[in-house]
Amino acid sequence: MTAMLHVKDLRAYYGQVQALHGLEFDLKEGSLTTLLGANGAGKTTTLRAICNMVRSTGSIEFEGKKLDNKSTESIVRLGIAHVPQGRGTFTTMTVEENLQLGAISRKDTKAIDGDIERMYDHFPVLKQRHTQQAGTLSGGEQQMLAVARALMLRPRLMLLDEPSFGLAPLVVRDLFKILGKINREDKVSILVVEQNAQLALELADKAYVIETGRIVMSGTADEIANNEDVRKSYLGY
Amino acid sequence: MELFTNQVLAGIATGAIYACMALAVVMIYQAIDHLNFAQGEMAMFSTFVAWQLMQWGTPYWIAFVVVLIFSFIGGVVIERALFKPLAKAPVLTHVAGFIALFAIVNSVAGLTWDFTIKQFPSPFGSAPFLGSQLISTHQAGMIGVTLVLLILLFLFFRFTRVGLAMRAAAVMPESARLVGINTSWMIALGWGMAAAIGSIAGMLIAPVVFLEPNMMGGVLIYGFAAAVVGGLSSPLGAVIGGFLVGIFENLVGTYIPGVGNELKLPIALALIITVLVVKPHGLFGRTIVKRV
Repeated sequence: MTAMLHVKDLRAYYGQVQALHGLEFDLKEGSLTTLLGANGAGKTTTLRAICNMVRSTGSIEFEGKKLDNKSTESIVRLGIAHVPQGRGTFTTMTVEENLQLGAISRKDTKAIDGDIERMYDHFPVLKQRHTQQAGTLSGGEQQMLAVARALMLRPRLMLLDEPSFGLAPLVVRDLFKILGKINREDKVSILVVEQNAQLALELADKAYVIETGRIVMSGTADEIANNEDVRKSYLGY
Repeated sequence: MELFTNQVLAGIATGAIYACMALAVVMIYQAIDHLNFAQGEMAMFSTFVAWQLMQWGTPYWIAFVVVLIFSFIGGVVIERALFKPLAKAPVLTHVAGFIALFAIVNSVAGLTWDFTIKQFPSPFGSAPFLGSQLISTHQAGMIGVTLVLLILLFLFFRFTRVGLAMRAAAVMPESARLVGINTSWMIALGWGMAAAIGSIAGMLIAPVVFLEPNMMGGVLIYGFAAAVVGGLSSPLGAVIGGFLVGIFENLVGTYIPGVGNELKLPIALALIITVLVVKPHGLFGRTIVKRV
């Protein structure tokens, strides 16, 4: 398998502050890869740099195409769906409108209604609430909606920023189960950033550890999970 | 009682003017989240262009359509040239831009067509409507056009993909980009549509207030008042707000001694402030629910 996403010497800046210091990693097609790291390590920044939402240098290639200097919306149109921190829900619109918006850049308009039905199969609670204002959904429901909205793009790659944030443990389990299913059945490659390392490592096949804007460790999820340092720092046992 | 009904009817007739302008105000607010102070002047300029075309012998409806297209393109061009470079600037910079645009458009119109008032024809005539002396056929036509515009806007925002994308880009630009919406062009489109609606308002208002570069000053404030009363996020609210402001203005002028014509404008301003204090989302604006 070849690398679907190839990141090389990525440096990102917030004003004068440098947040990433030459980050390098690959993501294979069909893989579910996780980026682990503490608060402020640069995980979110890495995802934002891929979608060109933060000033960065270096090279990012997606399926052989260079993403540098492309606008956020044109990167999304290549098939990269980004579920940002805070979920990016259109709170004033209905659940169904949110799903429609997920597919807004697609040309095959006829297939959209069918895809919305498929999302309702994945996430039955969204069907119950499809006319409700999205802002009134619970945190877990909003996260489901965010994932569903991202899938409406029919993405090749999905970027997830802390999907477990603020959710009850049981809800997180459900959500991760669905993510695994999407990865296997819908052939969507996933790059997930998580603070909940244990859960992320159970789900992922490949993992990278970021510290202060650099990759300090990489390997299969099992290797990383069994690594002494990782266990001490991120798994807490 | 007859005085009361008559004043309400007259209020609805003037309210149609405000409703029409308020629709343009809501349109731009939907797209850029600000009010455009130059909106009235842009509408006035479009109306002058229509007048000029008719002076050259163009039939009314052809001039109407040409001006509609001209205004749409003009709105897009103004956004691209003036406001796109300011996209990341603070709100006050935009306000300064709106005021500059106001002054420029006003002066250019004055320079080109001078400040003497001109007659502007109505496509509906000015006979009494259904035998009533209070509403003329022009005012009835105006109410009709406003309602048709309202329905078209509603359908556009509710049922088209572009309408949905525009709403998304206005409320949450960053999320909108993340679903692949080119937010910058959505704003330009919003400017174009607002300018086109404004030009319709201008062409309908001009037969009533007469055409001159300062014709929109008062009307725009009433339009703002109407949009605020109805709720800035709701086209339907804006239209109802327009009629309410018209009726309110007439009733206050009739029944409260000392108000008369001179104090009508402060009433619109007082109304804006009262609504903003008591019911900030207006009568029909959607209250935004946020989880914290």
